[in-house]
Amino acid sequence: MSRIIGFLTRTRGRKGRLHWTDWLCYAYLGLAVLMMFGPVIWLVLSSFKTSADLERFPPRLLPYAQDVVTVAGQAAPLPAYRDAEGRVLGLVRRIGLVGQLIDPEKPAEIVKLPMAELRPLERLQFAVSNYSGAFSSFNLPLYFGNSLVITVTSTLIILLVNSMAAFALSKYRFRGRDAVLGLIIATLMIPHAVILVPLFLITSKLGLVDSLWGVIIPGSATATGVFLLRQYMLTIPDEILDAARMDKASEWKIYWRIILPLSAPALAVLAILAVMWRWNDFLWPLIVLTHHEDFTLQLALYSFQGEMKTEWGKLLATTVFILTPMAVVFMFLQKYIATGIASTGGK
Amino acid sequence: MIRKFSMALAVMLGACALTGAAKAQEVRLMCSFDLETCDVMRSLLKKYEDKHPDVHIIADGVPYAAVMESLPAQLDSGNGPDMAVITDLGSMNRFYLDLTPYVDAKYWQDNFGPYLTWYRNGPADKGIYGLQMILTVTGPIINRTLFDQANVALPGRDATMDDWAAAARKVAAATGALYPMALDRSGHRFAGPAISHGAKIFAESKPILVDEGFSTFARKFVEWNQDGTMARQVWGGKGGNAFQDAIPEFVNGQLVYYFSGSWQTTVFEHQIGSNFDWEVVPPPCGPATCTGMPGGSGLVGFKHTKHPETVASIINFLAQDDNYAEFIDRTRNVPAHAGVAAKGVDYKGSDPQVQKALKVWTEEARSLSPIAYAYQGYKNNRSMFNITVQRITQAIVGELTIDEALARAKSDLDAALKQAK
Amino acid sequence: MDRIVAPIIRAVMGIVDVPFALAQRVLGQRRIAWLFLAPNLFFFGVFAFLPIGLNFAYALTGGDQMFLAGRPYVGVDNFSVLLSCRSYFDPNSCEYDLFWRSVWNTLVFVMLQVGFMVAISLLTAIILNRDLVARGFFRAVFFFPVLLSPVVVALIWKWILQRHGVLNAVFVALGIAPVDWLLSANLAFGWSIFISVWAHMGFYTLILLAGLQAIPRDVYEAAQLDRASRFRIFRRITLPLLAPTLLVVLVLSLIKGVQTFDEIFAFTGGGPGSATTFIVQSIYHIGFAGTPRNHGLAAAASLILALVLVVLTTLQFWANKGHRHE
Repeated sequence: MSRIIGFLTRTRGRKGRLHWTDWLCYAYLGLAVLMMFGPVIWLVLSSFKTSADLERFPPRLLPYAQDVVTVAGQAAPLPAYRDAEGRVLGLVRRIGLVGQLIDPEKPAEIVKLPMAELRPLERLQFAVSNYSGAFSSFNLPLYFGNSLVITVTSTLIILLVNSMAAFALSKYRFRGRDAVLGLIIATLMIPHAVILVPLFLITSKLGLVDSLWGVIIPGSATATGVFLLRQYMLTIPDEILDAARMDKASEWKIYWRIILPLSAPALAVLAILAVMWRWNDFLWPLIVLTHHEDFTLQLALYSFQGEMKTEWGKLLATTVFILTPMAVVFMFLQKYIATGIASTGGK
Repeated sequence: MIRKFSMALAVMLGACALTGAAKAQEVRLMCSFDLETCDVMRSLLKKYEDKHPDVHIIADGVPYAAVMESLPAQLDSGNGPDMAVITDLGSMNRFYLDLTPYVDAKYWQDNFGPYLTWYRNGPADKGIYGLQMILTVTGPIINRTLFDQANVALPGRDATMDDWAAAARKVAAATGALYPMALDRSGHRFAGPAISHGAKIFAESKPILVDEGFSTFARKFVEWNQDGTMARQVWGGKGGNAFQDAIPEFVNGQLVYYFSGSWQTTVFEHQIGSNFDWEVVPPPCGPATCTGMPGGSGLVGFKHTKHPETVASIINFLAQDDNYAEFIDRTRNVPAHAGVAAKGVDYKGSDPQVQKALKVWTEEARSLSPIAYAYQGYKNNRSMFNITVQRITQAIVGELTIDEALARAKSDLDAALKQAK
Repeated sequence: MDRIVAPIIRAVMGIVDVPFALAQRVLGQRRIAWLFLAPNLFFFGVFAFLPIGLNFAYALTGGDQMFLAGRPYVGVDNFSVLLSCRSYFDPNSCEYDLFWRSVWNTLVFVMLQVGFMVAISLLTAIILNRDLVARGFFRAVFFFPVLLSPVVVALIWKWILQRHGVLNAVFVALGIAPVDWLLSANLAFGWSIFISVWAHMGFYTLILLAGLQAIPRDVYEAAQLDRASRFRIFRRITLPLLAPTLLVVLVLSLIKGVQTFDEIFAFTGGGPGSATTFIVQSIYHIGFAGTPRNHGLAAAASLILALVLVVLTTLQFWANKGHRHE
């Protein structure tokens, strides 16, 4: 036992026990784990609650479902309640603060009791009704497919287009290079939402409206991508390229065979960012895509917050559905993301 | 290898194009699924398709925001569906397909007469552009069970809004309900009580929005939001011109008096069930009159369609007595069609509470103030609704005083009219 | 999989090599850079520079048409509507008060948000830079919210903060009355700052961590030999050596802060009233979501926003240069 404690509390560099500042750091990190994951876990748990359970205040951590009792003469099983005397009754209907109940043993007689005296009988149950409800409102598998197609295609195009530009801007000296770089970085300053109208006009003139390409193409060139890749490529020594040129390698081969493999960490980071951008995009798809066969998951999510009503149950279920691929990406690439961004972003 | 591939591709493309030409006319309909009209329309359109095998209708259920924001942009840029179910009826007039050449104008005039003007550009315009699918009426719904438990008598038919406020406060205090009253965050909902308080909306057929009657109600409304008579989160919790309802509060029995409209009938049918009794009561009175607002959604075709004849024939199909009656019956709405309204709709399979509510709404629709009709029929009314919401909210949350808010509303209207022309 | 995909990729790249080799012979080795740049510049040209250019044209014209042909020239009218204020410090005195409210909201928001963001990210990075067990895991934890979509972030926190939400449940359990978190202007503003820091700090933390790790160990060891205090080491060694990275973080978070839109829009809708309406939302509203839509005014506002961003960034770089020469 003491060995385990010793293992957990040892420090890497120095030998010996934890300094009080180490305790403070662990406390901070523990709190951070709670802050960063807690809300998401709460959301996931909530998505398995029945609509009555969702409305409950104060809410409970785990989802519960009400037990039912079957009463002779009633078409459907009734929700079960326990009254002050400990009898189990089925609730027929509730009128204001008064409930009309039936004792399963005396199925012909209706008992009227104030709801405040009744306690619902419940058991732990993960309800999937929110999920089935969301799936019946929308063709979510189709939307999932669309989101996937957009994300994958778009990421590949972003990687190719931006790495080519970054190669040109990092490994060649030519007139106008700094001007081009400056122009590209300047586009960082313009948020998408403020050029919405002209961008929409151009996209529609190109005939890209109501097609997945309308979402994929306009975001192909990104300032962040060019900048990130360029900074990384600058660290690749020029000697390697010169050696390849001596061997009569064409410039395209140099890009393809040397630069791209060597930039893998930076490309991985951009890939993660691109996946994130496209998967999470909602404003632009909302404007460009109006045919239901082109819809993405984010649009479905946006739809549940309709103007006329907010259906929390389906909303939470769809949210979990959207969030899951990202959580999977996170779990598998967790180590890679952290080291990758750290190694490229800071340069 | 490559050549073979491109040959195959060309053949495939050619085949697609050929079958496309030989096959159907494809017509796209955009509707917002949270209006719940989409599903019922789909099944009616199926009937049309059965009669016209060469026509294929695709109904796209989209977020309401897409109908309100993306559709105008799409039309502006020359894109968009062939038809759409819309709620902002007048302002997109320049894109509408005139149905006059394709339909029996007399039938339309006789049955939809008063609503045809809502789609027109102005008094000089005589075109037939849209089918009033749903006629709505705004008005109050009360939680009858709470009234009974508190033992408070319902104010009568000519009770003022102040009477109702007093009664609702009493009920809330007696039953522990959190909110006495609520009114949807919408300029359209605000308009009914404002007109009852004497708002004229127009002067010499020009929109003015703010006048003495409007200001009287605005002041009262802001005060009620601040003293807790109105559920404050409905207006005060939002920004811009975002819509907000009070359905959760009402459905959970926390709200006594809810000023909303006839389209809530299905919502309450499903969400309240037998939890408590709810009831539609007449619109509250003011010094001037007692009125709600008419409204609703309509089906229009767009000029840019490649198949104007088909689009017109689909709309005309839905306008026929039997189809229209079926639509109204299944969506639990108030009929706009004069013939169908005269015959009455029995709303098959709904509970008595719902049937009673719809009967009251249908009667209300006949006794609305002419100002309310004029306001609903005015093509730039959406701007006026939005201004109301934006500025009154600012007064509620204290960013502006009510006088500043009303002055801003006036200058906003001037700017909007100049912009819209 | 590899047996199918790899040859295809190899073939495609081989095909691409042909025009490139040809171009290389014509253009020479140096100017072929333009060929590599071409696709990128094409996309930027069509989907970034052209819209920005069109925005100038929109800004100088009026009406509600989208096509420029239908828009009358109005000169600087749009700018004068936006800029006419008796006092720029009082949005109520401006002709277009809602825009100026959003400007001031954004200013306060950015100052607080960037301040908290940099401070918390720096603190976290310093902690993560220590010798800790499971450091890789903790490092990744902070990045998780960065992956979530703005709508999802907004929903998660709306769900927690609603009247029947879990935070109020904790309050009630502690004997405090429940609070309508998003109903008061100040609370809603505070929560907006909180969720934007929550959602983005992971990104900046990782960048700062990389900066910290790039500082050579021997510098610290030398300082420890001199028995310098921890605080002194931080002030005299860590901060100056971290300055370039800090600048990057500052500039990036500032630009992103000014551009804040989707998550707050989905979170509060800009309310209550206009308390959390920021510049980009205001422009979106003027030009797209409001009625009647005013593309001209929105374009003019976006140009003013771009100008402010350029000035801010230049100032920061300039300040940094001055600081270094000192």
